[in-house]
Amino acid sequence: MSARALTSDTSHEPFNLYTRGDRIFGFANTALLLLFVLSTLYPFVYILSASLSSGFAVTSGQVTLWPVDVTLAAYEYVLADQKFWIAYGNTLFYAFFGTLTSLLIMVPGAFALSRARLRGRRIIGFLVAFTMWFHAGLIPFFLNIRDLGLLDARIGIVLAFACNAFSVILLRNYFESVPASFEEAARIDGASDFQLLWKIFIPLAKPAIMTVALLCLVSRWNGYFWAMVLLRSEEKVPLQVYLKRTIVDMRSDDSFASGLMSTEYSFETITAAIMVVSILPIVIVFPYVQKYFNKGITLGGVKE
Amino acid sequence: MADAALDRESGGGSVRVMDGVIATPELAAPPALRSTHQGSGIRKAVRTLLSDMRRDWQLYVLLAPMIIWFVVFLYTPMYGLQIAFKQYSLFRGIEGSPWVGFDNFVALFSNEYFLRAVKNTLLISLYSLVFAFPIPIILALMFNEIHHQGFRRIAQTITYLPHFISVVIIAGLVVSFLSPTTGIVNIILDRLGFEKIYFLTIPEYFRPIFIGSNIWKEAGFDSIVYLAAIAGINPALYESARMDGASRLQMIRYITLPSLLPVIMIMLIIRVGQLIEVNFEYIILLYQPATFETADVISTFIYRAGLQNNQYALGTAADLFNAVVALVLVVGANWLSRRYSQHSVW
Repeated sequence: MSARALTSDTSHEPFNLYTRGDRIFGFANTALLLLFVLSTLYPFVYILSASLSSGFAVTSGQVTLWPVDVTLAAYEYVLADQKFWIAYGNTLFYAFFGTLTSLLIMVPGAFALSRARLRGRRIIGFLVAFTMWFHAGLIPFFLNIRDLGLLDARIGIVLAFACNAFSVILLRNYFESVPASFEEAARIDGASDFQLLWKIFIPLAKPAIMTVALLCLVSRWNGYFWAMVLLRSEEKVPLQVYLKRTIVDMRSDDSFASGLMSTEYSFETITAAIMVVSILPIVIVFPYVQKYFNKGITLGGVKE
Repeated sequence: MADAALDRESGGGSVRVMDGVIATPELAAPPALRSTHQGSGIRKAVRTLLSDMRRDWQLYVLLAPMIIWFVVFLYTPMYGLQIAFKQYSLFRGIEGSPWVGFDNFVALFSNEYFLRAVKNTLLISLYSLVFAFPIPIILALMFNEIHHQGFRRIAQTITYLPHFISVVIIAGLVVSFLSPTTGIVNIILDRLGFEKIYFLTIPEYFRPIFIGSNIWKEAGFDSIVYLAAIAGINPALYESARMDGASRLQMIRYITLPSLLPVIMIMLIIRVGQLIEVNFEYIILLYQPATFETADVISTFIYRAGLQNNQYALGTAADLFNAVVALVLVVGANWLSRRYSQHSVW
């Protein structure tokens, strides 16, 4: 890919008015960008290689780019760990039900807010947006969850992070941009507000709903902080908390790291394998859904 | 303040607000257009409100879960902020705990670690502004100069990717790359004949590591905003510049950059509004007692004080300080934006 891109940069110019200086500029630009792209890619390549190498090769510093002494031992170790599977299952649970809850609450709410005839829409809209600029903070939020009896509860994780002002505003703006003629036509046919939302607005707002759903999914997949703070039981913890405990916390725990020493796998190859397994779904799905995130940025032209 | 506003809207509560308002007949506009603050007679207002609510009951049903959610999960904690002024005890609860005035704030501002955290927060934000903020702009300009669509698309996709990777993984990568024994950075240092360095235990290295890895994670994705703005530039400008013999660098200098300036200003203003917010979830993963000196920020201070050491009132006081400063910054930034560009950021 790289070599072709370098040569074709100048040959594909729309105009042939470029001077030598321009060509040099184009070449330097492509080279610099390529460097940036490669440095973005390198850590991913490295952990993939490390996860596939033998423990000894990694600890002795032989692995720099490609795998050395290829083995699947680290993956076998990780995939045999029951805690890993429980955590993976929990993440799937939180991601699915969390996103579903988010949509079930925010889509109807944003639709109602987008209707000009709704009494009090301005003040409600303001109170929603206000939470973007002022939030009570960690301790009051934590104490509130505790007072609600949602500590160490799966339902607490699903519910407490269901909505955010940004998504509500994004959805509302999209609903507002639907031409009034759609609603008028549906009204003439005698549609109720429920039918209006279900049959007309949800199909029309699919791109915005997809964007919000994906934002929810990603934040559920990646979130660790509140799950770490709110969940006590090992069997409820999502993947990211499991990851944090193994990758970040264990690094200082020498007994754990050295206990793993074997020629086939080591602490390093195992953490690399865990990272690969948890990034994989994102890397696979990402290219297909990327356009929705780009859309999210442009749709999010958040205005009151 | 928020609670009062909330009260006003809940249920048919708008009547109370209208109480003191002098009736002005000319304001009796169509009900849907009229703001709730003005009314022409209480009874009439109640009647129109009730008939509106009867007419639009389905909308209120659709809205209700979301309102309940915001009240329960975001506005109730705001009510809980009062423990910043109380001697909070778990057993007496929020309302039962005795008031202590500003004692918690006195304790907070005489705590050298809190002051250090404020300083660190601002320094990390400022350094990010100086070093990280320009990168996405440069990146967008560079992407725009790539005319090979295939390479450009692949390059963009790859640089967006780290944005979607969790901070736990990013921290794991940083830890493993900088590891004193097996990290690739130290292996290279060693081969070049330098001493190995345990980067993550040395305070001087913390901010560069934090900001550098953030650039790696976010620069690509943050360039989308600028790319969208570049896409909106009138191509005729470039064509006529080319006819006049402008070089590519000159076109960037005299067309692309000036056209980007409004977006750059808005993004800058948004960043200024977020000066007090740093990605503490990431810091928690990366710092350790040896680097607290440069790494401990307000939110990590709150996390340790409140959630690890159960000093709830002190932590809440810091939370309130944080929230108020953040609000002032955002409002100030928006005011700036209005002055600068005649439209508000939101």
